[in-house]
Amino acid sequence: MSTDTLVRRPYTPKEAVARLRRGDLGAWPVVGGLIAIAAVFGTLNEHFLSAENLTNLALQMAATGTISLGIIMVLLLGEIDLSAGSVSGLCAVVMTILYVKQSWNPVAAIALALAAAAAIGLLHGLMHTRLRMPSFVVTLAGLIGWQGLLLYLLGQGGTINLPFDGFVSKLSDTWLPSWLAWTLVAALTAGWAASAVIVRRARRAADLPVPAAYLTWLRVAGLGLALAGAVTILSADRGVPLLLVVFGALVIVLDLVLRHTVFGRWTYAVGGNAEAARRAGIDVTRIRVLAFVLAATLAGFGGVLAASRLSAVNQASGGSDILLMAIAAAVIGGTSLFGGRGRPYAALLGILVIQSITNGMLLLNVDSSVRYMVTAAVLALAVAIDSLARKGSAR
Amino acid sequence: MFSVTGISKTYGAVQALDQVSLDLRAGEVVALVGDNGAGKSTLVKALSGAITPDTGAITVDGSRVRIATPRDAQALGVSTVYQDLALCENLDVVANLYLGSEHRRWSVLGHLRMERAARDLLTSLDVRIRDIRVPVAMLSGGQRQSVAIARALIGRPRLVILDEPTAALGVEQTAQVLDLIRRLRERGLAVLVISHNLADVRAVSDRVVVLRLGRNAGEFRTAATSQEAIVAAITGAITHEH
Repeated sequence: MSTDTLVRRPYTPKEAVARLRRGDLGAWPVVGGLIAIAAVFGTLNEHFLSAENLTNLALQMAATGTISLGIIMVLLLGEIDLSAGSVSGLCAVVMTILYVKQSWNPVAAIALALAAAAAIGLLHGLMHTRLRMPSFVVTLAGLIGWQGLLLYLLGQGGTINLPFDGFVSKLSDTWLPSWLAWTLVAALTAGWAASAVIVRRARRAADLPVPAAYLTWLRVAGLGLALAGAVTILSADRGVPLLLVVFGALVIVLDLVLRHTVFGRWTYAVGGNAEAARRAGIDVTRIRVLAFVLAATLAGFGGVLAASRLSAVNQASGGSDILLMAIAAAVIGGTSLFGGRGRPYAALLGILVIQSITNGMLLLNVDSSVRYMVTAAVLALAVAIDSLARKGSAR
Repeated sequence: MFSVTGISKTYGAVQALDQVSLDLRAGEVVALVGDNGAGKSTLVKALSGAITPDTGAITVDGSRVRIATPRDAQALGVSTVYQDLALCENLDVVANLYLGSEHRRWSVLGHLRMERAARDLLTSLDVRIRDIRVPVAMLSGGQRQSVAIARALIGRPRLVILDEPTAALGVEQTAQVLDLIRRLRERGLAVLVISHNLADVRAVSDRVVVLRLGRNAGEFRTAATSQEAIVAAITGAITHEH
């Protein structure tokens, strides 16, 4: 018997370095990139790191970040959703028409708009799985078609304003009181610490290897400090925006679902090797359809958040570069385009990078032509790091 | 005991299997050999439910059974490891072992239960993997093959079919996998190994069954047979019938 060969020992610093060398970089390149971006823009413009600007940044990233979360769901399967931008715009328009023109209850209007988005996702998923159309083509048709429906619904006017003090606009103009923000920070940190302790105990009881204690506590402390830092900065301005909390909650919930449920496990399995998943008895078609439904629903919700922030919908809703930014954010955050690899935190980190660049360039009054080129360079760099890392870990 | 008697299968004008018979007993490793097109794969597919033979019978412990789908085969305790292994390289060893049959409660994964059971299973098979939580992509070819074979044992099968288990492996890894096959025998499983490599066949099997052009072309006790006799049966130089 060689029980000891099966035991997972914590990584010693030396092994950690070996792991890094092998290309198992995790989120560290993105975090490093963020620090570099903060340093560069911080020195070029004193407003960039101000509490006010960082609060704006948090508000700006929620909508596109939510769309990016949906993109990750399909990227995990090795598919793509090009229609996310159009679907987000359409969903926002549907919600606005029901709410403003038909005087629906705003919550009901949002719910129906999300249901419509889910139906669109179902249609995409069925076209992809039943008619065997490549997801690229299905969602390219969606990109054009749903944009067309959006223009048709908006009609001649082209713009519908949302009441400034209405429920939808308030979504992006609500700020958590300081006590609530700090309670949240404490609850999240304590929750994570408690779950870490419980898991450690259970693993030890089951005679399974546990990671070194200092690593666990370092992580909990790191999370606590990061959250406390964010709340301190945001409190110096208007407070923690509700929009950021909503986006953060979505990231956490999706991450838990992907890591701890059968659906999540099977999603990664289908993305890694669809044939193996099929032979293992997994209903591959159902997983694929569900991913498209989730992608479209999250895109729709992102559209609602964007409308809330603008307090209006118009012909440009969900248009221009929103889709490309959402895809770029997912990829920059470390989601593989080839499926099976990536976590919802990728959307958070990726959108932070992209929005920081956009925001910093706007502060510096740089022309949008330059902004696009810089964003493109960052995207190319992220994919290059990912490809090289994979080359290093491949055998 | 699994018995195949007189099964035939035609694909259009091609007679893939012609009155083929095969007995598989618990605690015995049987090697199925033959040239390309001899009907080895078709026979395995009939046992694992991928195809239904035109005529003939399959019996388990004396009673006749019908294997029409892979699920039927699974229910009868037949587990097949295909040559391409069918592992998800992005998932870790534990996830691959339990893929499709995860321990769960209300669809929440039972991580600890699966990890402990996976560790115990691999330990009992003496499969050495330093960290069973790393993605399968990081394992060597022999380790991957071992994981695929271990996965075949999750459903507590009675018959394990291995399709070319050593085809892609180096010398040392081949030895590891052959050891693993011996351990399956010690567990009292019936094992059917398809192989092109006669050295491996001689090293691990108790009995060799030769197919040639879709028919039985000889059956040998491995220990009492020379490699030349097996080669002769494969190529058709002579025919041994029992």
